[in-house]
Amino acid sequence: MTASQIGSSTRRFGGYERVTGSQEFVADLRLDGMLFVKLVSIDCARARIVSVDTSAARGLAGVVAVVTSDDLPQPVPRFGPVYKDRPILAVGETKYHGEPVAAVVAESKEVAEVAASLVAIQFEELPAVFTVASALNPLSPLVQEPELRSAGTLASTNVLSEQVFGWGDLGATEADLVIENDYCFPMVTHFAIEPHGCMVVSSSGGFEVWSPVQHPYLLQAILADLFDLPLTRVRVVAPDPGGAFGGKQNPKFEPLLCFLARMTNRPVRLILTLEESFQATRRTSAEIHIRSGFSRDGLLCFQDIESNFLLGAYADIAGRVVSKSNYLGCGPYRTPVAKIRARALLSHTTPSCAFRGFGTPQVAWALESQMDAAARHLGIDGLQIRLMNLAAKGEDVVPGDVPADGEWAQSVQKAASAVGWGEPLEPNHGRGIAVGIKSGATTGLSYSTIRLLFDGSVTIYAGTSDMGQGARTIFAQIVSDELGVPIEQIDVVMGDTSVVPFDLQTSASRSTVFMGNAILDACRDIQLQVRELAAELHGTALENVRIVAGGVFISEVKVSIPEVVQASLGRLRGELIGNGTMRRTDIANHPLGGRPAFFEFNCTAFEVGVDVETGEVSVIKHVSVGDTGKSLNPLQVEMQDEGAAIMGLGHTMMEHVILDESGRIANLGALDYRIPTSKDLPLSLSTYSIENADGPGPYGSKGVSEGAILCTAPAFASAVTEATGVVIRNLPLTPERVWRAIRDGASDSSTVEQV
Amino acid sequence: MIDALPVVLNINGLKYEFEVLPYRSLLDVLRDELGLTGTKECCAVGECGACTVHFDGRSINACLMLAIEADGGSVTTIEGIAPPGEMTRVQDAFLEHGAVQCGFCIPGMVMSAEYLLARNPHPTEEETREGLSGNLCRCGGYNRMLQAISSVSEESTP
Ligand code: FES
Ligand code: FES
Repeated sequence: MTASQIGSSTRRFGGYERVTGSQEFVADLRLDGMLFVKLVSIDCARARIVSVDTSAARGLAGVVAVVTSDDLPQPVPRFGPVYKDRPILAVGETKYHGEPVAAVVAESKEVAEVAASLVAIQFEELPAVFTVASALNPLSPLVQEPELRSAGTLASTNVLSEQVFGWGDLGATEADLVIENDYCFPMVTHFAIEPHGCMVVSSSGGFEVWSPVQHPYLLQAILADLFDLPLTRVRVVAPDPGGAFGGKQNPKFEPLLCFLARMTNRPVRLILTLEESFQATRRTSAEIHIRSGFSRDGLLCFQDIESNFLLGAYADIAGRVVSKSNYLGCGPYRTPVAKIRARALLSHTTPSCAFRGFGTPQVAWALESQMDAAARHLGIDGLQIRLMNLAAKGEDVVPGDVPADGEWAQSVQKAASAVGWGEPLEPNHGRGIAVGIKSGATTGLSYSTIRLLFDGSVTIYAGTSDMGQGARTIFAQIVSDELGVPIEQIDVVMGDTSVVPFDLQTSASRSTVFMGNAILDACRDIQLQVRELAAELHGTALENVRIVAGGVFISEVKVSIPEVVQASLGRLRGELIGNGTMRRTDIANHPLGGRPAFFEFNCTAFEVGVDVETGEVSVIKHVSVGDTGKSLNPLQVEMQDEGAAIMGLGHTMMEHVILDESGRIANLGALDYRIPTSKDLPLSLSTYSIENADGPGPYGSKGVSEGAILCTAPAFASAVTEATGVVIRNLPLTPERVWRAIRDGASDSSTVEQV
Repeated sequence: MIDALPVVLNINGLKYEFEVLPYRSLLDVLRDELGLTGTKECCAVGECGACTVHFDGRSINACLMLAIEADGGSVTTIEGIAPPGEMTRVQDAFLEHGAVQCGFCIPGMVMSAEYLLARNPHPTEEETREGLSGNLCRCGGYNRMLQAISSVSEESTP
C-alpha cells in the first residue's frame, strides 16, 4: 500500500527534465530538412497595401519561397475560434501593427531574416481606431468589413457584441449614497518566456503540426475545417508550453504554416521573436463606468455598470472574455439590483484573447475600487464593507444562477488576519483588501483513458496541456490513490491528438475539475473490472469485493490490484483499460451557455509603504487566500497562487502596452516593457487555502490557477490610498503616476450623491 | 556570402572545433549547431536570462556573445552542471521548494543561482534577489527560488 498522495506536496511530474534543460519545448525540436519561416509586416497599424515587391527577397540564395495573400487560395481563407475573421495573411490592408503581409521561407533562419528585410512593401497609412472613444464613434472607420461580419445591426459598427445583464428595477431603486467613477485597465501582454512558435509537416494525406497550443483538439478541428480534411488527417502534437496564460489557447500562425508546408513540400518552422509575440496577442483593455448605490450603513443597493472592452482587429476568443467577466460584474456580493451593459469593441490593435483571469481583473478593478470609495465616504472599514455585503454560501450572486459555493468570508477573515488588518501602521504605510470571483468553465468535455498494465504500472492518457500548472502531477496523484500504484510507476501521456482522447480545452482553471473527474471516472471503470475479476477468482459475488485505498478486499481477505490482475489474466498477460468522461453540456437560453461549474474566489490583501518623494511603492506584505475546496497538492496550489499574485503585481505596478499615434507598440520587447523580477517580489508573500471540500472536482476540489490575479490591483491601490490619501483609477500605479497624484493632491474625485 | 570562421570551444569539458558564420551568437551555436537545447532563447537582447551560461567562470547571456568572440573559451551549460541522471543541490532544491512551473526560464535561473552560490555561498536575501534579477520568470516562482537557494546555502558549512 502506498501512502495517500492526495493532499500531499508530491514533486512536480517532469521536474527533473525542467531543471536539467532536457524538457523539450517546441523550439528545441528539429525536423529533418526543415525550412525556416520569417513573417514580414509593416511599421504602422492600419494601411492599404499598395504593392509588395518580393523579387529581391526571392533572388537571395537560400530562399525557397516568398508568399503573400495573392499566393493563397482566393478568397483568402479566414479562421478563428468563434468568428472566422482572421485571414491567413493580410488581404488588401493591414489591421494591426505586426499583422503579417508576407512570409519568407528559407534554408536558414538568418537567410529568412535577411530576405524578410528585402521584401519591399509600399503602403498608405489609413485612419484607424485605437481607443474606446474612437471605436464607439460612428464616424470612425470600420475595423472589419461589414460583409465579413455575421448578420445583424452591429455589422456596420465597431461593436463586435453588446450584452446587457441585470436584475431588478434600477429606476425604482433608492440609495443613500451613490458613487460614480470611471476606471481604466490598459493593454498588457502575456510575455510567456517561451515565445510562440510551431512546426508543420505536410504529407500526402494531411498535416502533422507541433504547437504548444493550450487546446490541441480545437487547433485540429480548425485546420481540418480550413483544409477540408478528416480529423484523422490532422495530427497535432502539443509539446508542453513554456508558459501560456491564455495566450496560447487558439491558433495564430499554424494555418499559415500548413499552407507553406504544402507549397514547399518541406517541413516548416516558425519561432516568433519576443517582439513578434507581443504583436500576436494581449489582454483585452477596458474602460468601465460605474455607479454604485449604498445604504447609509454600507449595504449595496445597486450597481449600474457600463463596460467597454477594447479588442483587437480580430475577435479571437475576446468576445467571450467580455461576456463571461461582465456576467459576474457585481462580484461575490449580494446585489439587490444590477444593470451591466458590456460591449466588445473592435480596434486596429493587437488581437486580444484570453489572459489569466479572463476579464475579471478588469471588472474587479472597477468594482472593488468602488467598494473602497463607498467605505471612505461612509466612514466604514474596507474589510467591514466587504464582509457585510459578501454572499454567504447558498446565497445568490446572480439571481437564478448557481449560488455562492464557498464559505467566502473565511477567506476574507484569513487574509485580514494574515496582513495584520487594524494593527498600527508606520507613516506612509497603508493596507488594502479586495475580493474577486471568476466563473469556472460553464461547459466542457474531457475524456481520459487509463491502462493498468500487467505489472501494476499505469499509463494515463489526458488531453490537458501541462503548461506550468502541473496537471500531470495531479492526475498521477489521483490514480495513485485510486489504484494503489506508487507515483513512480505512473506515466501521463498528453499532447498528441493521434494518441490521447479528446479534451475540449485547457483553460479557466478547469483541468483538475474536468479532466480530474474524467480520470476518477476511468479509475472507477478499472476498479469495477478488478472487482469482477476478483469475484470470479474467489468464487464470490461482486458485492463482496470492495476496493479501499487502492487495495482489494474480498470479504476480509486483502490483496493488491496487480495480484488480482496477474492471477486473472494469466500467461497471456494483457492489461485493463478504463475509460472516463466528464461532460457538462450547454443550457439553452443561459447568457453564458451554461452555469459556472464552480466559482474561483480569492481575497487579496496588502501592506505597502510609499516613498512620497519618488512615488515608489514597496510591498511589505502581499497575502492571497483562495477557496480551493480541497488542495490536491498544496505545494502546487501555492505555486500557482504565488504566480498569479506576481503576475497581478505586474499589471498593477508596471505593465502597460503603449501605442503611438500610428498604432505602433512603442514599448515592444523586454527592454521597454517591464514585468516583475526577483527584485519586485514583495518583502513577504504568503498564500493560504480555505478547504471545505465543497467543489465539484475530485475530493471536493475547485480550480485554483487564476484566483490571485483577480483583485490584486484594487487591493494594492486601496493600500496606496491609505498610505498617501491619493486615489488613482488608472493602471498601472507606476512610481511616476503615484508621484504625480501625490503632487497634485489627487484625493477621491468620485461623483457623489448623498441623500 | 560571408565566410565561416574557425572556432575552438571547450563546452562542458569537451573540446569542440567547428566553423561558424561571424554573426552567429554563442546561443545560436549551442542550440542550433550543437543541439544543446537546454539553454533557452526568449528575448535575444540580454534582458530575460533564459540563455544564461557560464563562460570562463563568468555568468553571461549567450545571446549577447558572438560565437567567434567566445573562441578559445570554456563554456558550461545547463547540460554540464551535473552528470546525466543526477542533479546539483540547487536543481534538487528548486524541485523540493516548488520553484519550477512551466520550466522555460529554469535552466537560465539555475545557472544564475549556481553562479551566485559559487561566488557567495551564503548570500543574504537581498543578494539572492540581486543575483536572480537578470532572469525573468513569468510563472512568478521567485519566492520559491529564494527559498530553494537559501536552503542550499544553509546546508553548506560557512
Ligand atoms: S535570450 Fe538571452 S537574455 Fe533573453
Ligand atoms: S517557470 Fe515558467 S517562466 Fe519560470
